[in-house]
Amino acid sequence: MNSYDVVVVGAGPAGMACATEASRAGLSTLVLDEQPRPGGQIYRDIEVSDPGRRALLGKDYGEGARIAEAFRASKAEYRSGAVVWNIDSEKRIDYSAGGRSHSVQAKSLVVATGAIERPTPMPGWTLPGVTTVGAVQILLKTSGIVFEDLVLVGSGPLLWLAATQMIAAGAPPKAIVETVPRSRYREAARHFAKALRGWRYLAKGFAMMRAVKKAGVPVHSDAADIAIEGEIAVTAVTFTSGGTRQRIETAHVALHQGVVPNQQITRLMNCKHRFDDSQRAFLPVVDESFETSIPGVYVAGDGAGIGGAKSAEMRGRLVAMRIAEKVGNRAGEAAKLRTELAKDAAVRPLLEALYAPAADVLAPADATMVCRCEEITAGQIREAVALGAPGPNQVKSFLRAGMGPCQGRMCGLAVSEIIAAAKGETPSTVDYYRIRPPLKPLLLSELAGLGAEEPREAAE
Amino acid sequence: MPQRIDGSGETVRFTFEGREVAARAGETLAAALIAAGETTTRDSVVSGAPRGPFCMMGVCYECLVEIDGVPNRQACMIVAEPGMTVNRQTADEVVA
Repeated sequence: MNSYDVVVVGAGPAGMACATEASRAGLSTLVLDEQPRPGGQIYRDIEVSDPGRRALLGKDYGEGARIAEAFRASKAEYRSGAVVWNIDSEKRIDYSAGGRSHSVQAKSLVVATGAIERPTPMPGWTLPGVTTVGAVQILLKTSGIVFEDLVLVGSGPLLWLAATQMIAAGAPPKAIVETVPRSRYREAARHFAKALRGWRYLAKGFAMMRAVKKAGVPVHSDAADIAIEGEIAVTAVTFTSGGTRQRIETAHVALHQGVVPNQQITRLMNCKHRFDDSQRAFLPVVDESFETSIPGVYVAGDGAGIGGAKSAEMRGRLVAMRIAEKVGNRAGEAAKLRTELAKDAAVRPLLEALYAPAADVLAPADATMVCRCEEITAGQIREAVALGAPGPNQVKSFLRAGMGPCQGRMCGLAVSEIIAAAKGETPSTVDYYRIRPPLKPLLLSELAGLGAEEPREAAE
Repeated sequence: MPQRIDGSGETVRFTFEGREVAARAGETLAAALIAAGETTTRDSVVSGAPRGPFCMMGVCYECLVEIDGVPNRQACMIVAEPGMTVNRQTADEVVA
């Protein structure tokens, strides 16, 4: 089995920057990533996007080219199309690529699997034609696909960024239905002075809102009680805004309530996690060098708490510097990077307060489907709690919630929130699903070939 | 209907439910299906209700299809290749 000083899982900004810095420090480095090309979701297809597409996606997207170039020029090995499905406590990683499984040994493991979108349970959210906002961005980045009737629903910077990109692409959204309650602005205002250090983000935010206004996109503010209508596919979205019930006909709805750390690997490895009230999500517990409670396991990028692409790149570099320092290799200068990182994070408390998830999504109505795979409703989860299920793992046993192919990725946070509310506790005490291998479903044929690349003599 | 903002590109052809679908070289099956107006990729294994690509990044498993006879393949993670035979995954096909 091949062994590396550093194995990085994920080739987004954090993974690419970490691998570049680690190989620069003389560490043997392997990057495993699911996608065919590096970039992660934020810089998806950055290497193959033409100047036209880059122009409409914006300057920040273009930044990814520099990171990807440095990564390609580095000595780090890169395996694309590699799906990691298990990592054991000795940091032996099993992954599937090219139709079969492989194993590799890591001395240090860097989890750079970033963020996923927060589950957004609401009536009709499983209908074909309903996607995440991230999905419509991915379609634009990879394929230049736009929709003439897209309705963006939810809250967060990504909602406005997607709208701006659609406008630049010549296909403005049909409407934006924003779920931020008016009272939130007052709550968020107390973070404004601190956020001024991150003036560049604030300026970008205001510019995006101006662009939406200039393009004449209708914005429905303070929207609640959202329901998506349709029998076999979405036909309309309805909501209450400004005291009246409204209905917009569309075949394409994109939902967003912010992004949260992808916990699958850190949960699988039994790293300690905590519930962060400001981000309203579970984060792995890490030290100032992003090392988890398990020695030699690091989390770079949004997986350690949402900080955005710029922070992800810096965190990736810091992790590599720390690993190099530990083995006595010459590491880069971390102090300046830490100052930069703190400055980049200044805007976060404001964003987290203003764009906290909508109450409807955290406490869906009884009839709303929460676990999409197994079709379990919020009411069934509450009933299971009333029958004595103390937490997510018992709810899973009672109902099969979280046991479908997505393995809880699309319902886990919502399930923890619903159980906590039903018990009068916090998600922190009810905790989260236990995550077990395989991290992603795999074919038996992929499993059957495991270890076959080694000659039999060597294996014995 | 969805539209493509930029003109031409190398085209890859595969079939979906017996119909020919054109993909741009290098893009995923799910992207090509969405561009072709096909938003339904599978039936729910529980109720049989229709489902379609939701996350486009490999985490939601709503875009499971059958490719060349093999079920449970993620259309959003698999690049379209010429001649692929892709079908919707029906409720009676067992999920791995």
